[in-house]
Amino acid sequence: MWAKNLLFLTVCTVALGALVASVRPAIDSRPRPAVAVPGDSVRAAAARVDAALARRWQALDVQPAEAADDLLVARRMSLALHGTIPSLEDIRHFENLPAERRVDTWLAELLADRRYADYVAERLARAYVGVENGPFLLFRRRRFVAWLADQLAENQPYDRIVEHLIADSGLWTDTPAVNFVTVTINPGDENKPDANRLAARVARAFLGVRLDCAECHDHPFADWQQSDFEGLAAFFGGTQQGLRGIRDVPGEFEVENRQTGEVSAVPPGVPFGADWLPGEGTRRQQLAGWVTHPANRPFAREAVNRAWAMLFGRPLVEPIDDIPTEGERPEVLEILADDFVEHGYDWRRLLEVIASTRAFRLDSAVAGDADLDDAARALHEDNWAAFPVTRLRPEQVIGAVLQSASLATIDYDSNIVVRAARAIGQNEFVERYGDRGADEFDDRGGTIPQSLLMMNGQIVFDKTKDDLLANAATQIAVLAPDDETAIETALLCVLSRRPTPREADYFAERLAGTTGNKRKDRLGDLYWSLLNTTEFSWNH
Amino acid sequence: MHFAPTDVSLTRRTALRLGGAAWLTSLATHLARKAEAAEEARSHPPAQSLIMLWMAGGPSQLETFDPHPGRRIAADTRAIETPVRGVQLAEGLEQVAERLDSIALLRSLVSKEGDHERGTYLVKTGYRPDPTAVHPAIGAICCHELPAAGTDIPRHVSILPGEWPARGGYLGDEYDAFKAGDPGDKIADVSARVSHPRYEQRLADLNVLEEGFARGRRAATEATLHRAKVREARRMMTSQQLAAFDVEAESAELRAAYGETPFGRGCLAARRLVEVGVRCIEVTLSGWDSHANNHEIHARQKQVLDPALATLIADLKQRGLWDTTLVVCGGEFGRTPSVNRLGGRDHWPHGFSMALAGGAVRGGTVVGATDPEGGRDVENPIEIADVHATLLSALGIDPAKELISPAGRPLKLADGQPIAAVLR
Repeated sequence: MWAKNLLFLTVCTVALGALVASVRPAIDSRPRPAVAVPGDSVRAAAARVDAALARRWQALDVQPAEAADDLLVARRMSLALHGTIPSLEDIRHFENLPAERRVDTWLAELLADRRYADYVAERLARAYVGVENGPFLLFRRRRFVAWLADQLAENQPYDRIVEHLIADSGLWTDTPAVNFVTVTINPGDENKPDANRLAARVARAFLGVRLDCAECHDHPFADWQQSDFEGLAAFFGGTQQGLRGIRDVPGEFEVENRQTGEVSAVPPGVPFGADWLPGEGTRRQQLAGWVTHPANRPFAREAVNRAWAMLFGRPLVEPIDDIPTEGERPEVLEILADDFVEHGYDWRRLLEVIASTRAFRLDSAVAGDADLDDAARALHEDNWAAFPVTRLRPEQVIGAVLQSASLATIDYDSNIVVRAARAIGQNEFVERYGDRGADEFDDRGGTIPQSLLMMNGQIVFDKTKDDLLANAATQIAVLAPDDETAIETALLCVLSRRPTPREADYFAERLAGTTGNKRKDRLGDLYWSLLNTTEFSWNH
Repeated sequence: MHFAPTDVSLTRRTALRLGGAAWLTSLATHLARKAEAAEEARSHPPAQSLIMLWMAGGPSQLETFDPHPGRRIAADTRAIETPVRGVQLAEGLEQVAERLDSIALLRSLVSKEGDHERGTYLVKTGYRPDPTAVHPAIGAICCHELPAAGTDIPRHVSILPGEWPARGGYLGDEYDAFKAGDPGDKIADVSARVSHPRYEQRLADLNVLEEGFARGRRAATEATLHRAKVREARRMMTSQQLAAFDVEAESAELRAAYGETPFGRGCLAARRLVEVGVRCIEVTLSGWDSHANNHEIHARQKQVLDPALATLIADLKQRGLWDTTLVVCGGEFGRTPSVNRLGGRDHWPHGFSMALAGGAVRGGTVVGATDPEGGRDVENPIEIADVHATLLSALGIDPAKELISPAGRPLKLADGQPIAAVLR
């Protein structure tokens, strides 16, 4: 019995410490890295984007939404860069920063944290190698993602990263970039990388062109010919898998005509900008040099479109990997692409610039929304006059569920048990929630199994039940000094905002006069309702 | 290729109005095709449901539907007679053999996909993996083309989903198969975790929060379908139709006949789901990937498959569901004619088998043949797309109908020709 009492006391002290620390705004319990907030140059680039959008709003007579609350912007940034939401502890820290630069400081802190590199690497990997398991033994996805994360953590120039992906040689275990090539190996087909799949991947992931259609016929809409596709594939024609891994050997790339069955040799060739091809190096090195040539704008545009999509949940041009090479393109895309090239393909700076734009910090709600007709609403959406409401990815949802149940930040410093529970719970949840795979920016609605999982699933049940040791809901019920603080704390933990007066009144009535188990149940109920809102599962 | 922003938003709004996947516009030519199809309509009325028995891992054709007794490649596997003259099955499928006059065998399937994941994609969707579009599985197509009113539970179900259950692909995640485990257990996530009044109170509280959020975002929140899905989930939780998963309601005798195995219970649940209007049920039997000890593994697998498949056929007939239900049994590829040093057979997509039954399928027919010596040449090779075209036409769906993929490319529901010989 004494042991139980002691345990309870310990639990109370720990939880109380966290809660007290988080309730009292003056205390920030964890050390924060000293970071440099984005400088004048980033702000100037963001201002160019702002000016372009403002001109467009004026020309179209669109009234942009108000600026979003700082905390909401911080939530968007955490979701995009860390795949989770700010903890109560983070929120206290955030609100303790000087108001005029707290959003910028938060952005810099997120980017300085290793969780940024790990999370964004996983998302980029989807575009580079997809989500398939790939050929057994010859493909190591985790090694690949870890390598990519290292590049991001060091903020290696984006063009350099891509050169490694296209041109590196060696073993998939000690030169992880070659997994970009080995993932296309078809077991049984002499362990040879698939030149067609590689050409298609390069075109989509690095040029924003869906050349795959041209594998079998000329592209139905663009000026891409089947021969363009074959020329690109030919750069991989001599790429082989041997004892020492991926290497290039001389030899012709042969193509079979689908109609006649005739086989002919195809030389490597690029669909445009032949002058940019370097004169030396292996075929793959030449292709890499051409793709990343500063004059090759499709390369910069693709990166910009992807970075924008990660932050906004929607790309500037849809679909994300089909950007017109000729004709009309959004002005914002061009401004950002120019800035990206001028600053040496600085990927982190690109994210900073986009996250510093006015558009990124606008509210998703629009005054008088109910009176707008479809056309007016479309103008708003298409011109970024309000922040888009988009579905969160499964790992963002589970990351947010787990974080919301903990008052302290779950990160690399967290207790190993917490982290293990997070990893296991995460995989199972993502599996049940349904991963969208490589097509991560498709515009889709929710599904019934997702609702069932959030309404009745094990994880949400575990995280809302009476558990003083593990669950913020119980901790708040026991330790919050009054109803008002309890409700506010719960909303901050789950939705990163304070209650509206209507919500405060409504839930105060639900909590009024409750004590003990009943109070814990009510807080669990409140958590359940908060976790099941549109607001929780959708970026906004 | 030129996606002006307005075009994109138009599609998004249309999706909003019609609920999800309406950006898929069928071509005008479809109407003309449909008329043609109607003219040459077969005598048999279309089936209403599809039960897909998925043999995950790739079963050996030689130890199931295509034995070559006495040949070197049989590796001593014996064959048994069936009511269909001259057609034998491998031993271990005695109950299925008795009903072979109700089953059509395709013995010459060919594919180029020797990897589990890619092969599964091909056989479930009818298309090879292709980065320009994620194709829907045939069950998703059924649900999209044959909407059913009055069903509160999902119309596309995967019982014992393996690693790659059937997906909605470009039709949308709402066409993904609903994943259910062993029907002997409770269905996950459909029961409330708290008392009824407390659950209702939670939903009422949720409404208060939702109304606040919708202010200024009316259209955007409607487009998410989030609240609609919560309502549908609630309707499903309280639906009588959920009882279809509960195989305990059947007699002990019938359950024993299907086999007291997860797969046997899955097949029984599939029949019950067909009765409440579910369009497509996939039931997975994993464990066929016999790189070593092929014969023992197949003997064990057949002990599960044989009673379940044979009883399913008998049960569907007895319940009057035979003419309106299609049954398919197959996996992602076959296995090598030669046996390796571990007594195993490896992946072989160059000639493998599948069984079709029910609806308009002509029982007792056999299409194609593999080489008794184990060569790659097969008689009358059948592409997977042809199997899909066959199944779709038996369901009254025109396989040549085109949908526009999100990349703007017209795609046929199935890019093959129905196999006339197996249809009535």
